[in-house]
Amino acid sequence: MNTKFSAKLFVLPFTVALAAVLATTGCKKGITRITPLPGPPQPIVSDNGSVPPNGGQIPGGANPFGSGSGVGSQPIATSTNWDPADTIQDRSALAAYTVHFQFDSAVVQDSEQSNLSAVAQALNADPNVKLLIEGNCDERGTEEYNRALGERRALALRQALAGQGIDANRIRTISYGKDKPVDPAHNSAAWAKNRRGDFVLCHPKSGV
Amino acid sequence: MKNFIFKNIMFLDHCHFKCRPMPGLLLAVCLILPGFRHATAQEINVSQSINVLGDTKPVHVALEGFSPEVASVLRFDLYVQGFDFVPTASAQYLIEGSPGAAVAGTLSDNLAHRVILSRSYTGASFRRQAHAFADDIVQAVLNQKPIGLTKIAFKVQPQGIGPGEIYVSDYDGYNALSVTSDGAIVAKPAWMPGRLALYYTSYAPGNPDIYYHNLQTGQRRIIAAYSGLNTSAAVSPDGSRVAMVLSKSGSDNIWVCQADGSHLQRVTTGVEDSSPAWSPDGRWICFATKRSERRRLARVSADGGPVQYLSTAGTPNPTEPDWSPDGKWIAFTSQAGEFDICVMPSDGSAAPVVLVRGQNPSWSANSRTLVFNHRAPGSYRQVLSVLDVFTKQYKDCLRAPGSSSQAAWER
Repeated sequence: MNTKFSAKLFVLPFTVALAAVLATTGCKKGITRITPLPGPPQPIVSDNGSVPPNGGQIPGGANPFGSGSGVGSQPIATSTNWDPADTIQDRSALAAYTVHFQFDSAVVQDSEQSNLSAVAQALNADPNVKLLIEGNCDERGTEEYNRALGERRALALRQALAGQGIDANRIRTISYGKDKPVDPAHNSAAWAKNRRGDFVLCHPKSGV
Repeated sequence: MKNFIFKNIMFLDHCHFKCRPMPGLLLAVCLILPGFRHATAQEINVSQSINVLGDTKPVHVALEGFSPEVASVLRFDLYVQGFDFVPTASAQYLIEGSPGAAVAGTLSDNLAHRVILSRSYTGASFRRQAHAFADDIVQAVLNQKPIGLTKIAFKVQPQGIGPGEIYVSDYDGYNALSVTSDGAIVAKPAWMPGRLALYYTSYAPGNPDIYYHNLQTGQRRIIAAYSGLNTSAAVSPDGSRVAMVLSKSGSDNIWVCQADGSHLQRVTTGVEDSSPAWSPDGRWICFATKRSERRRLARVSADGGPVQYLSTAGTPNPTEPDWSPDGKWIAFTSQAGEFDICVMPSDGSAAPVVLVRGQNPSWSANSRTLVFNHRAPGSYRQVLSVLDVFTKQYKDCLRAPGSSSQAAWER
């Protein structure tokens, strides 16, 4: 038993080396090495353990991550301790005061001061109300650059409002980069409209 | 342990025929064919010079006797790794298919009329068998790390802008699967090295927050949800840390935390920082910033400290750097009206080379093939494409419906 085993071990390397020589240097039809591949690769699973449908199609049906419970299950403290999702958002009240920006700039122009004053007035009028500033870009930068630029625009507006005496903790910012244009056209008129900061008034939910 | 699990599932096929069974065979090849090995080493030395970028001559091969499906996989894989196809008479190498139910074939030196390798494959699919054969050919001729069986992660926006989902597919776009189904804006997937797991940005919680998503269990959790922006996650090569862009301090900066989101540290203090990317040794983070009113690329120690600016002369508005796994190159996007994919030596020893129109470059493990996205002809939608930076040869991946962008190559 033991002898047989050793003999096999002894012969094997020579067989393998011989096969390699034949396969790499041998005449036209050498020995073919067979490479076994495993079955289908590990399926990619979403939260409910199901395998999404194949073929690059966007799956329909239930949200595999549940309705928010999984998503928000591990909250992390933020420096501004209120969530716009917990408020009643009014997009129309301050829609007339949207601030526009120059190309690739987060500088608040002097010409936009009257819009900012109107927003400050609305906040001063009701100390319970908070503000969400949405920064947006035209389509010309790269995606992540624009996401950062949109945030800078929103932060510049927050800074300007703080300069008018508004408590910065009442203000949250969000950047949509180039993902939320008001005008989807691909021309300079559309671009000028899309480089903007929108103001959303956030009212406390009744009973809160 | 984590690495072990991943390798057994994803790279089982590699292990079967590359690492595990026959170390004696590899030794035999090295000992008996020193001339062949030497030629391969010369190929690699050439690639260390900046002159190789976009100027390398492809390796001429002829393909004979494969089914259309297998031939199309071989053509794609070989083309984007520096091979091109010519008639048999002028080919340096001949790749011949053998009849049979599975993929089988030989690679021969067409001048010396010598068979270099002869392989057949069983199991999986014809596509995977063909990818495995292409890997063996690339390995034998150029001694490059295989990429044929690797995956990419990317975002797909059905309407071109706005909400989308994160997808994972084979690197050529086949076998795409959606990872998310939130119907929210998503951004910038990044692989956890050596694991079937991603970090990405999702607006699903109502804010751009960063998730960690285990693709094997389907479990995900938020690792960065600070007020303001949380985006552009990039995982350190050892998988221990994540760099990202946060605005919690009131400006856009690079921050680094542990893989689980803990121990958050600010590493830059400028005002316009974006797109962090790690050096392969994990010491540096390259990022896009602004200095003296000009957009620049810079690097900073992953622990913070002084910022060093990189010279990107001739390529305005550089963004989206990605450091090659071998440490030699930094690929990035330049914008002079249109977007260009550029590559420069990571040590700044030569000016960047402009390669092709496109954006969002991400290196594969072989440090010469990039995935990127560019505008589809006659459309504003983006398509993914794979580029060999040495020969400038590129091919579009299989298209998903809508606009595909921000691909990250598993490595």
